[in-house]
Amino acid sequence: MHLAKAPKTYGVIAEFDSPEQLFAAGKKAREAGYKELEAYTPFPLHGLSDTLGFKDEKVPWIVFAGALLGGTCGYLLQYYTSVIDYPMNVGGKPLNSLPMFFPVAYECTILFAAFGAVLGMLGLNQLPQPYHAAFNAPNFDRASQDKFFLAIEAKDPLFDEVETLSFMETMDANNVSLVKDSPGVEE
Amino acid sequence: MAREPLNEYLITGEQTYASLDNTIGSMVLDGKRHKKNWYMTLGVAFMVMNLFLVSVAWLLYQGIGVWGNNVPTAWAFDIINFVWWIGIGHAGTLISAILLLVRQNWRNSINRFAEAMTLFAVMCAAQYPLLHTGRPWVAAYWLMPYPNIMGLWPQFRSPLIWDVFAVTTYALVSILFWFVGLIPDLATLRDKATNKVPKMIFGILSLGWRGSMKHWHRYEQAYLLLAGLSTPLVLSVHTIVSYDFAMSIVPGWNVTVFPPYFVAGAVFAGFAMVLLLAIPVRHIYGLKDMITDKHIDWMCKIMLATGLIVFYGYILEIFYAYYSANSVEIALAEWRFFGPYSWAYWSLIACNGIIPQVLWAPRMRRSLPVIMFVCVAISYGMWLERFVIIPMSLTRNYLPASDRMYYPTIVDFVMFMGTIGLFFFLMWLFIRFLPVINMFEMKDLLFKQNLERRAKEEAKEEVGAH
Repeated sequence: MHLAKAPKTYGVIAEFDSPEQLFAAGKKAREAGYKELEAYTPFPLHGLSDTLGFKDEKVPWIVFAGALLGGTCGYLLQYYTSVIDYPMNVGGKPLNSLPMFFPVAYECTILFAAFGAVLGMLGLNQLPQPYHAAFNAPNFDRASQDKFFLAIEAKDPLFDEVETLSFMETMDANNVSLVKDSPGVEE
Repeated sequence: MAREPLNEYLITGEQTYASLDNTIGSMVLDGKRHKKNWYMTLGVAFMVMNLFLVSVAWLLYQGIGVWGNNVPTAWAFDIINFVWWIGIGHAGTLISAILLLVRQNWRNSINRFAEAMTLFAVMCAAQYPLLHTGRPWVAAYWLMPYPNIMGLWPQFRSPLIWDVFAVTTYALVSILFWFVGLIPDLATLRDKATNKVPKMIFGILSLGWRGSMKHWHRYEQAYLLLAGLSTPLVLSVHTIVSYDFAMSIVPGWNVTVFPPYFVAGAVFAGFAMVLLLAIPVRHIYGLKDMITDKHIDWMCKIMLATGLIVFYGYILEIFYAYYSANSVEIALAEWRFFGPYSWAYWSLIACNGIIPQVLWAPRMRRSLPVIMFVCVAISYGMWLERFVIIPMSLTRNYLPASDRMYYPTIVDFVMFMGTIGLFFFLMWLFIRFLPVINMFEMKDLLFKQNLERRAKEEAKEEVGAH
C-alpha cells in the first residue's frame, strides 16, 4: 500500500480529569483566538457550547417543519379517503368531518415531528459514522466514560502543529497529543 | 421513635463516574453478575410466554369463538387487556418525558427501565387489537390506510381507527425516545467492552457516538423536544383509548370524565408496575445507591396522588349515574353495586381506593413488602376497573331482552397470562443485554450533586468562620 495518502492532521487533543478543567482550558483557547474548538465528554455539559463558541438552532426548525408536514399529511389523507376517493354517508355526518379528523391529524403531527427530531439530530451530527479521527487520540475510550477532552482542530486558521501543541501543554492536561486521521501510518 | 431521615442526595455512597459506569455497565458486560435466579426467572417467563403462543395458535385455528365474548358482550378480555397494558406503558413515558420537562432529576435512574417497560407493555397491548380480528393478516385494511384491491379505506370517523394511529405513533415514538437515550450508553459499553463481539455489536448500535460537544448540543435539543412531543402524545393516547368508550352511547361509558380518569389510572397502574420491577432488580443487582429509598418514597407519593384522582373518578361515575336521572344509567350503577359482578366492583374499590391509602404513612412507604403488596393490589385493581367498565356495561344495556351474563373461557385467561410471560421474558432479556440505568444521565447527576455538595460545605465553613 505504498500509494496510501499521507495522513492528514485532525488536530491537537488534550485530556482533562474534570469538567472544570475543561471549561477553563476551553476559555483559555478561545481567548487565544482559536475558533475551531471541539470537546468530547461523557455527558452533556451545560454552557460548554457557549464557552467554545458553538451555536446551532437547526434541530428545532426541523421538528417544526416535521410537525407541519405531519399535520397536513394526516389531514389530507383523511380528506382524500373520505371525501374524494370513497365518499360515504355515515350517520348523516358531513363528508369532511373536521372534528372527527382531528385526532389522526394530531397523532401524525407528533409522529412526523418526532422523526424530524431524531433524524434531524442524527443527520446534522453526521451519524452513523463508525470512524472518526478523534478515536485515534490516546486514551480516547475514556471520553465516553470519565475523562474530558478538548480538541483544537487543524482547520483553525491559527493552527500550527508545533505552536498549538505547546499551547495546549500549558494547560493542566493529563496528556496532549497531535492526532492524525489514520493510525499507524505515521510510524 | 423518631424516624431516620431519607437520604439527602439522589446518589448515595462514595461514587465516581467510573464506579457508576462499572456498577451499571458490568450487568451487561459481565455475565457472572447474573446468577441462577436470572436464568430461572427467564426460564419461567419463557414457559409462560409459550402459553401465549399456544393460545394464539388455537385462536387462529379455531377463530375467536374460543373466547368467551359474544353478543351483547362483544368486547371483553381483548379490550380489557389492551387497555391494561397500554396503561402500564404510560408511566414509562411519564417518567421519561414529563419528569424531564419539569426537571425532576430523580427520574435519571429509573427512566431507562421505565421506557423499556413502556415498549414491552405496548407490544403486549398490540397483540389484542391484532388478534381480536381473528385473521390479522387479512384484516390489515381495517387498521391501516393503504390502497387495497377492494378500494376500501378505514373509517376515520371511528374512535377505533384513532386508536390505531395513536397506539402506532406511541409505539414508534417510544422506540425513538428509548433508542436516542441509549446511544451514548451504547458508546460507553463499546469503549468498556473487552471482548470483540460485544465491542462490535455495541460499536454498530452506538452509531459511532463520540461524545462531541456539537453532538451533545443537538442531542440535548432533540431529546428535550422529544420529551415535549411525548408529553401531549401520552395524554392523547389514553384519551383516545377512553374515546373508544366515551364516544358510544352504552350506559356507563358515555361520560366526559373518561379521558382524565383514564390517564390518571394509566399512570397509577404504570407506577405500580415500575415499583414491582424496580424493587427486586435493585435488590438483586445492588443498585440501591442509585434507586434509593427516596426514589421509592417519591414513586409511592405519585401513586397515592394518581390513585386519589382515580378514586374521585369512581365517585363521579356514581354521581353522574344518579344526577342524570336516566333510569338505564341508574340501573347500571346498581347492577355494579348489587349485581352478580358486585364482587368485582367492591374488589376494585378495595384495591384501588382503600388499600393505596396506607401510603399516606411515611413508615409504610419504606416497608418494601407493604409497597409490593400495594402494587400487586393496584395492578389487580386496575385490571378489575377495566372489567367493571367493559363487560359489565355490555351485559346490561337498553333492551332487557338482550341482557346476557359474560363468562370468560380458559383461553381468555391463558392468553392473558401468556402476555404477562412475554412481558417478563422481554424485560429480563433487557436487564441482561442493555444498561438498565441511564449511565450518562447518572454521571451528569453526580456532577451536579458534587457541585451542590461543595457549595453547601463552603457555606457551612463560612458560617463556622464567623
